Amino acid sequence: MQHVRGRLVVALAGFGGLLLMTLVCAPLLGTTTISLSRAFDRSIPFADNPDAQIFFVARLPRILAAALVGGSLALAGAIFQALLRNPLATPDTLGVSSGAALGAMLAIAFHFDFAIAGLSSISLSSLAGSIGALAIVYMLATARRRGLSTTVLLLAGVTMTAFFSALTLFVQYVSNFADTFRTVRWLMGALDVGSYTPLMAALPLMVMAFAMAVPLPRPLDLISLGADAAAARGVDVPRAERLALVSASLLTGAAVSISGPVAFVGLVVPHIVRLVIGSDHRLVLPASALFGATFLIGCDLIARTLFSPVELPVGIVTAIIGGPFFLWLLVRRN
Amino acid sequence: MMKRRALLALAACVTLGAATDTVPRRVISLIPATTEMIFAMGAGSRLIAVSSFDQYPPEVARLPRVGALLDPDTERILSLRPDLVIVYGTQTELKRSLDRATIPYYSYEHRAMPDIMATVRAVGARIGFAPQANALATSMEASLAAVRAKVAGQRRPRTMLVFERDRTTLQNLYASGGYGFLADLLEVAGGENVFADVKQQSVQASTEMILARRPEVIVELRYGDTAKDLDSARDLRVWDSLSSLPAVKAKRVVILVGDQYVVPGPRIVQAARELGRALHPEARW
Repeated sequence: MQHVRGRLVVALAGFGGLLLMTLVCAPLLGTTTISLSRAFDRSIPFADNPDAQIFFVARLPRILAAALVGGSLALAGAIFQALLRNPLATPDTLGVSSGAALGAMLAIAFHFDFAIAGLSSISLSSLAGSIGALAIVYMLATARRRGLSTTVLLLAGVTMTAFFSALTLFVQYVSNFADTFRTVRWLMGALDVGSYTPLMAALPLMVMAFAMAVPLPRPLDLISLGADAAAARGVDVPRAERLALVSASLLTGAAVSISGPVAFVGLVVPHIVRLVIGSDHRLVLPASALFGATFLIGCDLIARTLFSPVELPVGIVTAIIGGPFFLWLLVRRN
Repeated sequence: MMKRRALLALAACVTLGAATDTVPRRVISLIPATTEMIFAMGAGSRLIAVSSFDQYPPEVARLPRVGALLDPDTERILSLRPDLVIVYGTQTELKRSLDRATIPYYSYEHRAMPDIMATVRAVGARIGFAPQANALATSMEASLAAVRAKVAGQRRPRTMLVFERDRTTLQNLYASGGYGFLADLLEVAGGENVFADVKQQSVQASTEMILARRPEVIVELRYGDTAKDLDSARDLRVWDSLSSLPAVKAKRVVILVGDQYVVPGPRIVQAARELGRALHPEARW
């Protein structure tokens, strides 16, 4: 026990330190050179201070969005991989982000041009879509009295994803050219939120989901050995599975409502973390959240600066950077 | 690649040459810009069908629709027995079908401002309206020169020309880059493009890029569906979050409505004049 606690402290300090460093450095870097002393000079009115606006309106919300989205998707991925006992599981495996995508497509195609408390209709309907998808998955999961069958869940997830994707394609097909372009762009993911409102809206859901994930590590460790073995060790398997399912789905839905779907973070970050610190979920879950945040801030930094003045969609960078890095780690470990 | 392009150009010339002996009388235009050109040169009666995007001039309402850029209705097009189809350069499938049916086509692509007049002349020559087309093109050139002359000598405000963004936020905002007919339109109308150095037709502008480029005037174009249920006050309020922008401070964020800004046809003259008036209210219009 003492041993694990020591490793936990080391892992959290390591990954936490890395995140802290990234959080401090990332707002300083960008395509424009800004003067920090001017940005923090309170004596200049905000409306007359472009440096402060670049720092506080353009960069900071964007970096915080990357941190929240990256951390949530990576944690969701780690939970789904353990819950489904499948290394290929991602935050999208159960169709939650396809449901979110369908919600966003509907908002774009049918011109829901409203905003509630500064939150765009696209974010709101993607959130509604993911909660709808979660409700369906949850009903499927609890319909059987004796816990979840991972096979049933996986098959249901694949089916739901295909179903929502088909509806999304249908909406795209019937909408006009400009709207189709908008929907395609949304599907690439973007973190330039330009205000704190979408973050504040997603935050309560994320906090709730993080809180639900706190008691999960031990049950997930045992469940990944097999549901029967876990039950024999005194784990309330159905309850733990439901908690894991809801927590990971909420994380995914909240993240997608901020940025649209960002590929690859949820799949690859938990594996990178496992390759570095082993597969104990007491370490993997917090470390995935921390490293997911770091990873996405870093990828977004590359996306917004590499081909300046043109930007890349961040979802392209995550896969191009994350893919080879993951392969290299795999080969090196073997 | 170059060789292939040269061969294609040669092939296009050959088809052009071959078709001039008989003047086309049943023309289908799949592009709104060329439809407008044909009507403007007085050859509207030659058109037997147009694309599903065509809205102008009002006479197009009575013509059958045969799909558009991505979904041309090839069967319908063939069944109308056209003797010339004006297609977009990227419609390779359609071109192949037309080749098989030995129906001549004219391949068009949106480029820069001078290409609009060049296209007017080329399409006019192709359908036997060369004098009228030349007159149209010349008068367009003269009108554009007149707009240039009006704004000549005035200080050119640094302008961002926005043609697409989310309705309720500044996300997914696209502005004209330094190339293409929108960039040329801005140049004629007396604005200095804040993205002149980006040699692309469009730039996806992030919040940071907008703040860093500091436009003095922001012009938002609304056309097609985005022109419906326009709520200017609400749409302009979104810009208040970037209060350090000279354009926002001086309340010089302008919404211009109409398809003439995005259809590179004869109405660019009108578009250039309206944009000029928005950028230079001080000039005498």
